[in-house]
Amino acid sequence: MKIGYFPGCSLHATAREYAESLGVITGPLDVEINEIDDWACCGATSAHATNHLLGVALPARTLALAAEQGHEQILAPCAACYSRLAAARRAVDNDPATGAAVEKAIGRSVGTARPISLVRLLAELAPKVREKAKRPLEDIKVACYYGCLLVRPPELNDLDDVEAPTMMETVVKATGAKPVSWNRRLDCCGGGFSLSRTSSVVRLSRTILEDARGAGADVLVVACPMCHSNLDFRQKAIARRSEGGMDIPVIYLSQLVGLALGQDHVALGLGRHFVSTASFISRIPGPREGESAAATEVG
Amino acid sequence: MARIGVFVCHCGENIGRTVDCEAVANACGELPGVVHAVDYKYMCSDPGQNLIKEAIAEKNLTGVVVAACSPHMHEKTFRKATEGAGLNPYLCEMTNIREQCSWIHEDRDAATAKAIDLTRFISEKIKRNSPLAPISISLERRALVIGGGISGLQAALDMADGGREVVLVEKQPSIGGHMSRLSETFPTLDCSQCILTPRMVEVHQHPRIKLLTYSEIESVDGYIGNFSVKIRKKARGVDETRCNGCGECQSVCPMKKIPSEFDAGLGNRTAIYVPFPQAVPNIPVIDRENCLRIKGMQKKKAKAACGRCAEACGRDAIDFEQEDTFVTEKVGAIVVATGYQLYSIGKEQTRKGITGYGEYGYGTVPDVIDGMQFERIASASGPSGGEIVRPSDGKVPKRVVFLQCIGSREPSKGIEYCSKLCCMYVAKHTMLYRHKVHDGEAIVFYMDIRAGGKGYDEFVRRAIEEDGAKYIRGRVSSIQREGEKVRLTGFDTLSGEQMEIDADMVVLATAMQAQPGIESLAQKLSVSYDGHGFINEAHPKLRPVDTNTAGVFVAGACQAPRDIPDSVAMASATASKVLGMFSKERLEREPTVAGVDKVTCSGCFHCERACPYGAVERYEVLNRSGEVEKVIAEVNEGVCQGCGSCQVACPSKSIELEGFTDAQIFAAINAL
Ligand SMILES: Cc1cc2nc3c(=O)[nH]c(=O)nc-3n(C[C@H](O)[C@H](O)[C@H](O)COP(=O)(O)OP(=O)(O)OC[C@H]3O[C@@H](n4cnc5c(N)ncnc54)[C@H](O)[C@@H]3O)c2cc1C
Repeated sequence: MKIGYFPGCSLHATAREYAESLGVITGPLDVEINEIDDWACCGATSAHATNHLLGVALPARTLALAAEQGHEQILAPCAACYSRLAAARRAVDNDPATGAAVEKAIGRSVGTARPISLVRLLAELAPKVREKAKRPLEDIKVACYYGCLLVRPPELNDLDDVEAPTMMETVVKATGAKPVSWNRRLDCCGGGFSLSRTSSVVRLSRTILEDARGAGADVLVVACPMCHSNLDFRQKAIARRSEGGMDIPVIYLSQLVGLALGQDHVALGLGRHFVSTASFISRIPGPREGESAAATEVG
Repeated sequence: MARIGVFVCHCGENIGRTVDCEAVANACGELPGVVHAVDYKYMCSDPGQNLIKEAIAEKNLTGVVVAACSPHMHEKTFRKATEGAGLNPYLCEMTNIREQCSWIHEDRDAATAKAIDLTRFISEKIKRNSPLAPISISLERRALVIGGGISGLQAALDMADGGREVVLVEKQPSIGGHMSRLSETFPTLDCSQCILTPRMVEVHQHPRIKLLTYSEIESVDGYIGNFSVKIRKKARGVDETRCNGCGECQSVCPMKKIPSEFDAGLGNRTAIYVPFPQAVPNIPVIDRENCLRIKGMQKKKAKAACGRCAEACGRDAIDFEQEDTFVTEKVGAIVVATGYQLYSIGKEQTRKGITGYGEYGYGTVPDVIDGMQFERIASASGPSGGEIVRPSDGKVPKRVVFLQCIGSREPSKGIEYCSKLCCMYVAKHTMLYRHKVHDGEAIVFYMDIRAGGKGYDEFVRRAIEEDGAKYIRGRVSSIQREGEKVRLTGFDTLSGEQMEIDADMVVLATAMQAQPGIESLAQKLSVSYDGHGFINEAHPKLRPVDTNTAGVFVAGACQAPRDIPDSVAMASATASKVLGMFSKERLEREPTVAGVDKVTCSGCFHCERACPYGAVERYEVLNRSGEVEKVIAEVNEGVCQGCGSCQVACPSKSIELEGFTDAQIFAAINAL
């Protein structure tokens, strides 16, 4: 399977570990991802809050490049990037006038490439994950956190059900780990208010982490760099306001899959988080007997 | 020689504004065969009709053309006037210069020219019209009612009391429908069972009502006045003629934990069961999917797995081997009263294009229930004997939150309509709750309160002002479990505040939907239904209980969400329609049906394949010695709807529609 890959700004910067883990797991899962040549920022909230055409044209340009470079699908691991690409796809498909304005602005035809989120991609590859899993994660309890942008607004939803998605759980089950049932899977973490209204982010993220902890989760799994930064980086501030501290590692879905595939935690970028993953990783037993340690396979 | 009169109507301003009616009359006066042409402001008024009658008498007219609105509107009016003046009504025709001309054009000259063309067209046709007489068809003066909810019961009783025999078919083991499950009913809070049970018994004992429960419609043949309906009587496993309803069988059945449909899953029943104590008929049925004996038989086990009910039965009424049987009933009219089902909140949906509410925790968070479950909890005959307790732990909930519009008015879930009565039953629920739990708090989340109806708004006000229900305008975004509580996160759109409420129980007022499988029944009856599966009425204002198939009527919640008063009113309306129809010995029908030229018909039966109504039959032409010489087509005048498909399909021009013969139509076209 060959698909286009749109890292967006975060996967080259604050969410490097997301990109690293992705790079490590695609091989064993027989997926070839090709970074779109000359991609630009999706515009994020800034663009679509400023100017509708700009908010559509920026991601539409990436869609156009992907099509020109021979891709039908573009993997957008960042939930916000996914959302913007999907919004552009929809705006161009549903409204010929917008389509024409966008094509004029970017000076090329938008083509037909469609964005796909990492959660959907991995859910579709779940049988393969199960087949290739080398390290049993059986005792690990995982809280799957979707946040907002993977399922909302509903018309851009990429997953199986807007209100009760199960795709992350499907992937987690394929790794052998146990998804816990908890309440705040779809709550907002505060998103882009991280810097402008930190207190809101701390409040929202705290309820999420507390609920996950209450449900007995060892680890929180996310698929969005923004959510990750709020839940991981802010956890110290949150812990100060929360009884009994916090200390829940927050990792990317791709990292969990990587662990199951037997990949080395350093290669998976698990050392880059603010909340240490060490104690959690130490609980995972080594590769099953008779199978070589995966760490040596990773170059 | 033809002597045609042309009458041009202004329809007030409707036609006159765009078409120069006087010019149309003048131009038509010049047409060959036209001896009289006038225009008038309202041709359908009494003076207008008199113009026609007088002209027929004075000018000795042989044909009347009225240039006015659509014939759907007034053809009957003008044909009657024509008949009143002594001319055969089928020598009067309309030309539509309103819907097909003045209403859709702006240019006055062009519209006037078109109106003249249209009138000339019909003037040529009418010269070739011949007098026709209505067809008389036989009439079976018995009726069939499908569905034994309150609508079906009312329709059956009204017709039977009116002196006609009625066959009532109900698919469940008992009649009663949803109403039998309700606790007390708005707007008067009278006990549902108390007003319904007497009707159920009356139906059962009525000498003119034949009750077939646990039965379904297999097929429907025939046409108005002469339907032949095949009914499948599902195997009950109990011989109805022997059973005396003592209930011994139920008490010995070992399968005691089957969720009761009647109690909306809150109580249990056995595998051989009577759905509820007041069931009519009071005869049990064996649930074949759960009966150990029948399951064993299906697996071809040699040893009988169980049989306790049969041993306990003193009258030898249990029959595990019983099979479905069929009966055929001949009826002249059919009333469809199959009711509704409730929207299901979770993932499983019975209709395509409908989705559930994943965020409302129905089925996963305990103590989140739907309105029908609340009815059962509140009902004296319910699993808790009418005490308000929550399902998870049997405790009395001190704070209950009711959410309106679950599914209804929610295009993103696939239902854009309002279910109309949930505002009322939620108000009722808050009252029932507060009357029983005095220190309890009832909170309602609503979008709007729609309480149109006699005494309805007053009822809701009473819930708020006297019984202290707290109404919050807004939506709930999610329902989650929080320890022993149910936590709702929501938004009050009036104060603009976000809110979090910890409740003991949550009741979701779900939308009303069409019955599952209604499409297949509708297809058997050739009646149309809307995109949601509700049966279409023939006209939303003027024919609300007729369907598009003559002789088939509709009552109650199968047509749209309806409360009990609405359902009963509709049911009585269908009964009066049917009784009116049955007041004659025979039915009269429009004579515009197809006829076959027996000499030229070669018996190719293209017409038979073209006919959408199955009206073409086979007719054997015999020679003198009584042998079959050829088989040709014949039209059943009772079934033919006059669509003309056969006429187009016939290669030898041997089949023609009366009133629309080739000669008439070609002459009209040539006039253009
Ligand atoms: C929670 C709740 C509370 C309510 N409270 C009130 C109230 O207080 N006051 C009020 O006025 N209304 C109330 N209603 C509305 C009330 O239930 C309906 O108005 C009423 O039941 C409609 O009657 P019906 O006969 O049209 O349909 P139903 O009651 O649905 O009866 C239809 C019958 O047809 C049968 N049937 C279906 N398909 C077939 C088939 N193919 N062949 C044979 N039989 C078939 C069914 O088994 C059923 O017995 C409430 C509704 C709900 C959901």
